[in-house]
Amino acid sequence: MSVTETLPDTAPDKGGPAQPLLIVRDLQKYFPVRGGILGGRKAVVQAVDGVSFEVKKGETLGIVGESGCGKSTTARLLIGLIDKDRGEIIYDGQDLGGTLSLRDLRRGVQMVFQDSYASLNPRLTIEESIAFGARIQGLPDPVGRARRLMERVGLSPDRFAQRYPHEVSGGQRQRINIARALAMSPRLVVLDEAVSALDKSVEAQVLNLLADLRREFGLTYIFISHDLNVVRYISDRILVMYLGEVVEVAPVDQIWSRQAHPYTRSLFSAMPSMDPDNRTLEPPLSGDPPNPINPPSGCRFHTRCRLAESACKTRVPTLRPLSVGSEHLAACHLHDLGSGHSKAGKDVLA
Amino acid sequence: MSENLVEIRNLDVRFTGARTVHAINDLTLTLKQNETLALLGESGSGKSVTLKTLLRLLPPKRSRIDGAIEVNGVDVLTLSGKTLQAYRGEEVSMVFQEPGLALDPVYTVGDQIAEAVMRHKKVRREEALSTALDMLRRVRIPSPERRLRNYPHELSGGMLQRVMIALALACRPRLLLADEPTTALDATVQIQILLLLRDLQREFGMGVIFVTHDIGVAVEVSERIAVMYAGQIVEEGTTSEIIKDPRHPYTRGLLAANLHDVARGARLNAIPGAPPPLDTRPDSCSFAPRCPLAEAACRAALPPVHVPNDRRRVACIHANAPVPAE
Repeated sequence: MSVTETLPDTAPDKGGPAQPLLIVRDLQKYFPVRGGILGGRKAVVQAVDGVSFEVKKGETLGIVGESGCGKSTTARLLIGLIDKDRGEIIYDGQDLGGTLSLRDLRRGVQMVFQDSYASLNPRLTIEESIAFGARIQGLPDPVGRARRLMERVGLSPDRFAQRYPHEVSGGQRQRINIARALAMSPRLVVLDEAVSALDKSVEAQVLNLLADLRREFGLTYIFISHDLNVVRYISDRILVMYLGEVVEVAPVDQIWSRQAHPYTRSLFSAMPSMDPDNRTLEPPLSGDPPNPINPPSGCRFHTRCRLAESACKTRVPTLRPLSVGSEHLAACHLHDLGSGHSKAGKDVLA
Repeated sequence: MSENLVEIRNLDVRFTGARTVHAINDLTLTLKQNETLALLGESGSGKSVTLKTLLRLLPPKRSRIDGAIEVNGVDVLTLSGKTLQAYRGEEVSMVFQEPGLALDPVYTVGDQIAEAVMRHKKVRREEALSTALDMLRRVRIPSPERRLRNYPHELSGGMLQRVMIALALACRPRLLLADEPTTALDATVQIQILLLLRDLQREFGMGVIFVTHDIGVAVEVSERIAVMYAGQIVEEGTTSEIIKDPRHPYTRGLLAANLHDVARGARLNAIPGAPPPLDTRPDSCSFAPRCPLAEAACRAALPPVHVPNDRRRVACIHANAPVPAE
């Protein structure tokens, strides 16, 4: 395989290969819930609370979790679609809001959404949609760029350029959205449930395309999904979120063979077995995820955790490596000898 | 009197209007009492239309139905008026994908279940409410007495789907139709509902037809799987046969696309292209344009139906050939 080229007009690398492409520190976003006769502030949804992680250059980070865990809010914060309450977003060594402007961030970071139809302007032709961002950013030859990218994502420009979004299938629309993201020559693409709405056979085609584009253009991905099989297939590392917090981060193979957080463990056990002779017998968890308005105290998972003890209700666990220097991090008192949990340090999840 | 709970023979469903859509083409299917069958297919394959036809939910003015459907010996396609009302709910009942849309927001869940019971069983309200309470217990809703008086918006997605199931089973139907009942739910909730449906099927001794696009879900709930493509059943067999010995190239493609044990980063054996438009009745194999094994014969005529054993069938000329190494 040849060494990767980059998309035309990609902004030059500033931090060098060792600098993570993206660093997120202590990101927080609360949404007020208004209600009552006067529309006053009734409650607060703690959508994202103290989220920190890094994405290295060229890697794919998968983010998994159930609805309300904050994975999509995190994605939207990353590209500045909503304003953060607190925390730092550092892209290639430059701090957003400091040395890095929002406009420059969006040259480097682009996003593909789940709903392929809602994310395209129905009044623009496909060619115009793909060329639009590049034109706004003042990149040379936006139309030629759009047509070359259409070719690259498997849509013949002669057949598709003048069509409108409603005239093509869901799989084709998602290819258009990918081309549109790439038209800005980004280095990081955030894919928020980008293949979830597609039929399985079409999903496989789009996953192949994403893998090819990554290799060809040296892209870095953040891949958000609820489908663990898909995340395992495409990611180098996996980050697990629960009620606005990161509960576990690890390289794929490590987390696949050993889940360190009881929630991650439950999430993996909830996957269909695919073996008619050994079907799942017991659901790993009962009930639905709690509401992110007024989340539980201490460890937010303690209300559903079968290993929870009194320490879990009062003390907030911190995300820490399982052993010194390990890339496998978990936020659970079981892995903290000083936590006061009676089973701390023992392997009770196996 | 046949031993089958459901017998569908040579069913054709066409939607007419500005353009004609051939949604179901020559579909034949049987289900025994006590059996769970998964109808597996992608969007537009006709799996939901099959369920709606079974419950006679399609708009009569815009749909043409040919063929025969019998449920428990009753000719479903000739039912009308009172007999149709009695059939829906008492004989056959349905659980939908979005419980939030299927339940009425202005009545408590207890009243909605009781209403169905009063209507079909001709009992007083108190008795119907006690049936409703019993049903909430059976679907394992915590503190059911309190939940009876809740409105739908006060319940979470998983709880709502349990209420939908309680409502569907309140009149003890012989046949339950489930249309993607767990697709809108989170993974840890989905598995709870699947296991609940499996238990209730055994407890009530019903037949279940479970529509899904997710092969993993089909494996968890069903003994048999019928794979649909372009309004036809392309392969049918026991769940083990379909998973361990898939014979139709489309079934094999679907299994590969599940990514269950695909090596990380390996190139996926994706099925190219997209499903065909359904504006004409198929006169050759509908899958041929996407099939890696297609040959001239596939494009010339409908594929022969290969029947390796009783109740197993594959609509493909290559069904007998050894599985190519991949």
